[in-house]
Amino acid sequence: MRHVSKLFSNGTLALKDMSLDVHRGEFLSLLGPSGCGKSTALRIIAGLGAPSSGTIDWPSSQISKKGLPEGDVGFVFQEPTLMPWQTVWGNVYLPLRLRGVSKRDADPAIMDVLGSVGLADFTKSYPRELSGGMKMRVSIARALVTKPKLLLMDEPFAALDEITRQKLNDDVLRLWRETGITVIFVTHSVFESAFLSNRIVVMRARPGQVYADLPLITSAVRDENYRTSEEYRATTDTVSRALQEAIMRGAQAK
Amino acid sequence: MTDAASLPNSNAEAGTDSQVIVVTSRSSVSERVLSVVIPVFMVLLAIAAWQAHIMINQVPRYIMPAPLDVVNALWTDWGTLSPSLLVTLRITLMALGLALLGGVGLAIILVQSRWIELALFPFAVILQVTPMIAIAPLLIIYMPDTQSALLTCAFVVAFFPILSNMVAGLKSVDHNLLNLFELYGASRWQTLIHLKLPSSLPYFAAGLRIGGGLSLIAAVVAEFAAGSAGKGSGLAFRLLESGYRLNYPRLYAALLLLMATGVVIFALTSLISWAMLHRWHESALKREN
Repeated sequence: MRHVSKLFSNGTLALKDMSLDVHRGEFLSLLGPSGCGKSTALRIIAGLGAPSSGTIDWPSSQISKKGLPEGDVGFVFQEPTLMPWQTVWGNVYLPLRLRGVSKRDADPAIMDVLGSVGLADFTKSYPRELSGGMKMRVSIARALVTKPKLLLMDEPFAALDEITRQKLNDDVLRLWRETGITVIFVTHSVFESAFLSNRIVVMRARPGQVYADLPLITSAVRDENYRTSEEYRATTDTVSRALQEAIMRGAQAK
Repeated sequence: MTDAASLPNSNAEAGTDSQVIVVTSRSSVSERVLSVVIPVFMVLLAIAAWQAHIMINQVPRYIMPAPLDVVNALWTDWGTLSPSLLVTLRITLMALGLALLGGVGLAIILVQSRWIELALFPFAVILQVTPMIAIAPLLIIYMPDTQSALLTCAFVVAFFPILSNMVAGLKSVDHNLLNLFELYGASRWQTLIHLKLPSSLPYFAAGLRIGGGLSLIAAVVAEFAAGSAGKGSGLAFRLLESGYRLNYPRLYAALLLLMATGVVIFALTSLISWAMLHRWHESALKREN
């Protein structure tokens, strides 16, 4: 993703003249108060609902009729969004199935991606037999099974408890490092964004706009030690301040 | 549906990310035996009380037959009753089959567009609210023969619950899953086959069970209303005929056959819905706490 920019405004003005370049291999967090349009922005990038004005420019030329580079985008929703009548395997198979990949051809990719999220032993389980965190893992596996270049995550861990969430954060970071994928991660948690990303875009509400663009250059390995480090604390301070200002602006605008 | 189902689990499993809930059956063997023995025993007790009542009070057979008389009639009149049973069964099953095809098919067409729904739904409602027993005599006139008139009646009655359940099912697909399918560029057909139809299976199961029971009732009521005689007559005709002849043991035997048919249909439709849903749907699962 060399150059993605978009510029739009829609009826309720969820987003106004928002422009954003995303670079290849970036882990970008979209951070902002609720209602600032960060999920809307993500959905527009994913092609769910067109922008009322403005465009999204993709770098590659292989763009499908829906304006999406085919197979290049994985999406993880706020909820796991699994099909309850399908097993874990069947749920992860879905994106490939919709492309007409046969079960036999899809199996290696599915087993591979399930292994990487630690669910290799649960292929035959049904979603209702899994815990909240495991369902989310299945959802991530499904998003990754097509080997996308861009992974969009819409507050994926908001409903999980702190411990599960930290574990999944570690896993997402590991997957990001291993695959070199570009991630756009929507969150309302300062700590989550500071831990995960190497760039944080803070958004303000009413209308939704980019308020601050904070590149985080850190050489520190992001692990348990990083969570308690001085650098992490300084980062969260900076980000918190930016978010606070963004919220104030939004309130004034109202 | 999915979210409501997942919430209790995720709470209970907070933080223990790598566990699966092992579903164990809590009911012990003796409990299971009792759950069969008690209903069977109660039915047998009721039959025994009936037999005793007839014998003690010496109720004449032309007022009310004893259970043993009914069994006897079933045995001796089997030659008369069994062809009628087959006729009724055939009409019931054909009506149910047509209602399933028609109900699911029309539901799929209706949910394609709001305009189609607006155009067609009034007819479905009118058919449903018109008392079938009132239009049965008309159908006898319009239809080429009695059998097809009876079939039409039973079909009309069984059709609507299946249709309305399927429409509800096809419309209540998880919006996030719809988004997901759109995201992956699924065609309408793929969305129907892989998402909408499986997700409406619980609704289909409800429609099937209601429709199965109704098609038998409708087949009988239609025959009452339409009247039929001779070789092609069903169990309803045998009921009427036995009544006119004061042959009450045979009447009860015919009634018994209808009841048995109803029970079998109910058991089969319940079995089918269990087979469709037991792996994943709440309605077919035990609570885990």
